[in-house]
Amino acid sequence: MKQLLDLATVFGYISLLTVGGGMAAFPELKQLTVDTYHWVTFPELMHYYSLGQLAPGPNMMMVASIGAQVAGLPGAAVVLVAFILPTGLLTFGVGRLWNRLANWPWRPAIQRGLGGVAVGLVLAGGIVLARGAITDAKSVALAVGVFVLLMFTKINPAIPIVASGLIGIGLYLI
Amino acid sequence: MSKQPIVVLPVAPPPSLWRLFLGFLMIGATSLGGGVIAYLRTGLVVRYRWLDDTTFVELMAISQSLPGLNATNMSILAGDRLRGWPGALVAALGMCLPGASLMTAAAFVYGVGGDDPVSLAFLHAIAAGAVGLITVVMVQLGAKMLTEIADYVFVVLTAVLVALFHVPVPYVLVGMAAIAIWWHRPRKTVEGKAAKDVQPKDPAS
Repeated sequence: MKQLLDLATVFGYISLLTVGGGMAAFPELKQLTVDTYHWVTFPELMHYYSLGQLAPGPNMMMVASIGAQVAGLPGAAVVLVAFILPTGLLTFGVGRLWNRLANWPWRPAIQRGLGGVAVGLVLAGGIVLARGAITDAKSVALAVGVFVLLMFTKINPAIPIVASGLIGIGLYLI
Repeated sequence: MSKQPIVVLPVAPPPSLWRLFLGFLMIGATSLGGGVIAYLRTGLVVRYRWLDDTTFVELMAISQSLPGLNATNMSILAGDRLRGWPGALVAALGMCLPGASLMTAAAFVYGVGGDDPVSLAFLHAIAAGAVGLITVVMVQLGAKMLTEIADYVFVVLTAVLVALFHVPVPYVLVGMAAIAIWWHRPRKTVEGKAAKDVQPKDPAS
């Protein structure tokens, strides 16, 4: 029970940091789930995150994996509700207020101000992920390859990610 | 992701709760590889015609200004517009269920086969690939959000504080947001009008 409560608290808190996307919360997610509570190892977290990129729907449904690993199905359910409900209620409320705020002069200021901070948080998340995932020349080549493909073609991102995995298996077997 | 032309199609009558749930479940199950927003637009605006593009872009702007996952926020906002709070609930459920079920299952599979060296080779390699993907996401987000040099300064400061100095994210978020919002604060122009609103460029793309 204590564990489910901890899961709910941690993931409710992390959800509030997902400004600009799930990646913005990655540094704090790593800090809490790996370093503070030892629910997963850093490689496990990276693996779930990467697998999450291959799943359909919102890209952070990988939080359910952590919940499931810690406390089975109830863990997954608690984590999902904690992760979605607080920000969901906030969005619901603001969505209803929004029309009244249409001419509020601070609205564009908030949108523009948060834009830069959001990109910075996503960058920080990328750096934390890269520190764990980029370990040798092979991983640099895979990251650069995926970046170039996605930047300059309209290919579905799942394809180069799966291709990376297959190349990884190929290099291991050789 | 190129710019898509604004589509003006007649908007269909709001769907029943069940149809709404099925619609979002379909999008939640088929939006492979990230970029759920593009799938949402195709589904909601083009295929089902539940929303017009102007509304979609407006809901997009709200989603991006708030914490929470973009796809989940969009589902809540669109569901609320179409069917009130029950609509918001079923839309978010439909969007999240497929991915959440798969990732829950993934944890059990990982527990069984996660130590196998071939699986590990696969997982390490997709983590490297994910770094490439997140870099692209950041560049695209930046292209939409960053409009002047000061914005880039906020990006670098935020990232350095979190990733290099390990300042807890909430402090950075609140502190940097306060500075950045103040920087972009509404200013009176010479004519005495409020400064022109600059919206993020084409949030639907």
